Amino acid sequence: MTLVRTFSIQMVEETVTIVSNERGPGQYFRLVLRAPGIARMVKPGQFAHLRILPMKEALLRRPFSIFQATKDSISILYKAVGKGTEALSRMCHGEQLSVIGPLGHGFSVPKPEGEFPLLVAGGYGMAALYLLAQCSPVKGIVFVGGRSRIDILCEDEFKALGWDVRVATEDGSHGEKGLVTKPLLAELQRQSNGRKLYACGPTPMLRAVGDIAKSYNVPAEVSMDAHMCCGVGVCLTCVIPVKTPQGWEYQRSCTEGPVFDSSQILWEAIA
Amino acid sequence: MNLSVKIGRLQLANPVMVASGTFGYGVEYAPLVDLNQLGAVVVKGIRLSAVQGNPPPRTVEVTSGLINAIGLQGPGVDGFIKKYWPFLRSLKTPVIINIWGTTLEEYAEVARRFDELEGVGGLELNVSCPNIKEGGSHFGTDIKLLARVVSACRKATSLPLITKLSPNVVSIVPYAKAAEQEGSDALAIMNSYPAMAIDIETRRPKLANITGGLTGPCIKPIAIKLVWEAFNAVRIPIIGMGGIQSAADAIEFLMAGATAVAVGTANFYEPQTAIQIIAGLREFMQRKGIADIRELTGSVKIERNQAQSRNCA
Repeated sequence: MTLVRTFSIQMVEETVTIVSNERGPGQYFRLVLRAPGIARMVKPGQFAHLRILPMKEALLRRPFSIFQATKDSISILYKAVGKGTEALSRMCHGEQLSVIGPLGHGFSVPKPEGEFPLLVAGGYGMAALYLLAQCSPVKGIVFVGGRSRIDILCEDEFKALGWDVRVATEDGSHGEKGLVTKPLLAELQRQSNGRKLYACGPTPMLRAVGDIAKSYNVPAEVSMDAHMCCGVGVCLTCVIPVKTPQGWEYQRSCTEGPVFDSSQILWEAIA
Repeated sequence: MNLSVKIGRLQLANPVMVASGTFGYGVEYAPLVDLNQLGAVVVKGIRLSAVQGNPPPRTVEVTSGLINAIGLQGPGVDGFIKKYWPFLRSLKTPVIINIWGTTLEEYAEVARRFDELEGVGGLELNVSCPNIKEGGSHFGTDIKLLARVVSACRKATSLPLITKLSPNVVSIVPYAKAAEQEGSDALAIMNSYPAMAIDIETRRPKLANITGGLTGPCIKPIAIKLVWEAFNAVRIPIIGMGGIQSAADAIEFLMAGATAVAVGTANFYEPQTAIQIIAGLREFMQRKGIADIRELTGSVKIERNQAQSRNCA
């Protein structure tokens, strides 16, 4: 394990051991890794970059939001949907992975006297928000959306932290029927003063949250889900158009992000 | 045991460099990699002004490779000097600047600007990026333009000059010779190979730029052949690159005719690759009783009758 501080960036590459890799409902898995170097440093909204060796001819690491962290372990929630996550889902207790982390610029933690936090999650985007809820001195409301009951993850974990959880599913199988923005709008309608939004989920959801934040004049931090390659800022794959005094520029989701101030993103330039 | 090699007058402590565009400006990997152990660091391509780059998606993973169309996003000469040079200058390992332009004059001007900068190890001329409409590969696939751009840069700088060649030519030999004749101190072989991938669900290209450049282990055999052909045609040293991810890969390049090698795409998935390769080279030399790494360059054994009966199939 190498550990060097440069320009306040702290990350390590660790060979870690799988503690458990359990399948939940649907294709969702919960992976726990013994990774003391990363666990010690992780901040809310950061991610880990996993090299899944059994992928063989698929070379690249895969980025995952860090869901929970203890003194010496981190856990990750993922859905087995592609080559990387399929291979990962077949790995067992005791097997090893190479992980680089913690990476990225995460969420700013709410202050005791600051804005009241409203968290907005779509599907496994909820994983990226758990550490934020855990660190927050103020217990706020978390809005969770998904296609169906099966897509609503870790509701109990947020409740255990003492947060108010409001669920919406597209098919109405759990909570309110509709998109996650529906209960969010209802809450902002009730009170928007002194509120701040923190969101993670699919890009169209983040964009909708950005629009809502703008119309209610509340700040919003969004964690962007960009396709990534190196994860440390050199390949320039994961760029997002961000406004600058001169116009706009491409910034890296892995380094300047994944969390951006929603009002700074040039949403109209994102396909 | 000697691992040091020379690229022009540039002395490298070992022959393992990191390739342009895969290692940013060094600083990004500093938390994970001891940069001073590397033979050299080659920074991402820089032109005179800042470049925004192509819209995303910019890369796509393919079988044993990666296609990229980044579009040489970068800070430009002034931005680079201000933001990255103080850090790079502090390194003990040589820093090679990859430069490009859209006109001959711009190439020469960028070369001149870096010639004035204290501490630059060498310049790598990027005449082979497939993702730029003007400049980039059209200088690398037209032999007259290639000769002119090398000549213009040679006049603009006394720094060691490395010409990075495109694989997208019928034969690399005349290009290698032209670069040598115009005063290039070394060749870098090869840049990425033009490529494309399609999403069959949406029928859309997987890259916003439609096409890109293929890199990674899948291109290694192509690069080995090009290095071998160029080695037989020129006297200047060759830096071999294309899909290197192990010491065995690096040794294969050396045997084909490379004096040094560069690790590219592998940095993205295993930042320690170059460091591991240096250790692996030592181990191989020890095992084979090789005292000097330079003994390996071009040491592939080809029987006379094998060479004579060779055809292009």
